[in-house]
Amino acid sequence: MNTSAIACEGLGKRFGETTALDGLDLVVPQGAVYGLLGPNGAGKTTAVRVLATLLRPDSGRARVAGFDVARQAAQVRARIGLAGQHAAVDEILSGRQNLVMFGRLSHLPRSAARRRADELLGQFALTGAGGKPVRQYSGGMRRRLDLAASFIVAPRVLFLDEPTTGLDPHGRNEVWQTIRALAGAGTTVLLTTQYLEEADQLADAIAVIDAGRVIAEGTPDELKSLAGGDRIDVVLRTADDMLPAASLLQARLRADARLDHDRRELSLPVSDRLAALTEVIRSLGEEGITAEDIAVRRPTLDEAFLDLTGQAVEVNAQ
Amino acid sequence: MTIAPALPRSFRSRLAWAVADAWVITGRDLAHWARQPGTVIANTLLFPLMIVLMFGYLLGGAMTVPGGGDYRDFLMPGMFAMTMVFGIGATVTAVSADAARGVTDRFRAMPVARSAVITGRAAADMLSSVAALAVLTGCGWLVGWQPHRGATRAVAALALLLLLRFAFVWIGIYLGLAFYSSPEAVTAVRTLEFPIGFLGNPFVAISTMPVWIAAIAQWNPLSSTVSAARQLFGDPTGAHSSWITDHAVLLAVAWPLLLTAVFFPLSLHRYRRLSR
Repeated sequence: MNTSAIACEGLGKRFGETTALDGLDLVVPQGAVYGLLGPNGAGKTTAVRVLATLLRPDSGRARVAGFDVARQAAQVRARIGLAGQHAAVDEILSGRQNLVMFGRLSHLPRSAARRRADELLGQFALTGAGGKPVRQYSGGMRRRLDLAASFIVAPRVLFLDEPTTGLDPHGRNEVWQTIRALAGAGTTVLLTTQYLEEADQLADAIAVIDAGRVIAEGTPDELKSLAGGDRIDVVLRTADDMLPAASLLQARLRADARLDHDRRELSLPVSDRLAALTEVIRSLGEEGITAEDIAVRRPTLDEAFLDLTGQAVEVNAQ
Repeated sequence: MTIAPALPRSFRSRLAWAVADAWVITGRDLAHWARQPGTVIANTLLFPLMIVLMFGYLLGGAMTVPGGGDYRDFLMPGMFAMTMVFGIGATVTAVSADAARGVTDRFRAMPVARSAVITGRAAADMLSSVAALAVLTGCGWLVGWQPHRGATRAVAALALLLLLRFAFVWIGIYLGLAFYSSPEAVTAVRTLEFPIGFLGNPFVAISTMPVWIAAIAQWNPLSSTVSAARQLFGDPTGAHSSWITDHAVLLAVAWPLLLTAVFFPLSLHRYRRLSR
């Protein structure tokens, strides 16, 4: 328990009739980038708010950076950074004024707060905009300023709640690069996202949560293999061939096909990639069914997620 | 790497942290003034000034103050008090915007004294009210208003106005924390400032009102402060005599203390409920 940056067991939290956390268990080793992945309403934000001492859990215990979030909240707060879903910065003040203010609230002396603000503006590529009011910043710049504000005293644990929601692809890339740099400097990062691509890109390990509890945990690759290994995708020329081709391939490969009528695509799990590929080509040829494309591939996190939760999540931000 | 200083342990050093934190949060508002003086002037001063001109000159000619006296002299203490009322909306807006945008959460997740978020807000609002009163006093001078009963009583009148504002700060913090998730409610609070003012004596003497409205208006805490300020400034009072107006100064102390006694704990309760 002492060597992990975050450890919680049996966290429960209800809001009236809604159960937000239903016995959440989580262990995040020091220095890891850990993804909490789940659909809207799965309890991701509630989990972060409990761990960041903003919400009191109804049941269970949690330690962050070695301190109990309920009984030693002040010690926890001195060691964490938090960036929520909104850029929680003052819109009227400049970026530099914001960072100096948050630095002084972290009890840095005035001169140290100023020095740190300038350092962070440089580190987060905001030096040129440092004197401008935040109101004039782009979405990506706001998020970077928000990240900088959560990083003033080099937190041991950094909580990022959907750090790229609402950003365009360019802004998202900027934020991803920043997170990678922070993680490279040794900070433990707990990141929530509903975007599989984001978790895949950033996280060393992922916990999939649904209805307030962890339903799967592992590296991105491990989670993908939970989806049943490799798959073969077949795109047909005409929609009329969909059902005959599906029953044919299901019989030959002895597996269930997933049908996407809009794309005229069949997808089946395979164990032996090459054998399956030749079998598909041969049997379609025998029946006179024309394929436009055939591909063997690793499963995506989407499929792992679909298998685990029975519901689809969005593939990416836009 | 920048490392945060160790947490304070003794009561004295914790108090020093709390004061330092509150001052930083107050300083944020002062920086707002410096950043956008135009907006601050428009929000806090232009409106009361416009009302002074509108009521004082446009409508004032048709107004007679019961018991005699100049209407503009009658109006100025009312406008001072209305500025304190408009402060409720300013507090509600600031508190609810911070809570809705996550700024309050950022403060709460930092090693900031828990009390500082609220006390810093209260101090900032009191400072802005002092500034507003100072400028409005200057405007009063320009339209020919001045205190008639000496500096001490004039300062006492301004102190009573600020005491009312102090009570309104806690009402504002309470409402801001209670309704931050609903922008409509925040707008409603701002809209209600006017009826609160009209159901009192800032603009019109209570003795001219129908009996049932007069009953409400004289129990409006605002009316006691306005009456007390008129008495202390030596301005016309509108010739209304009742137990309430005869004890206006006493009630101008008692009402705000009572409101504070109710809304200070309520706003603390709301603040703590953010973690529920």
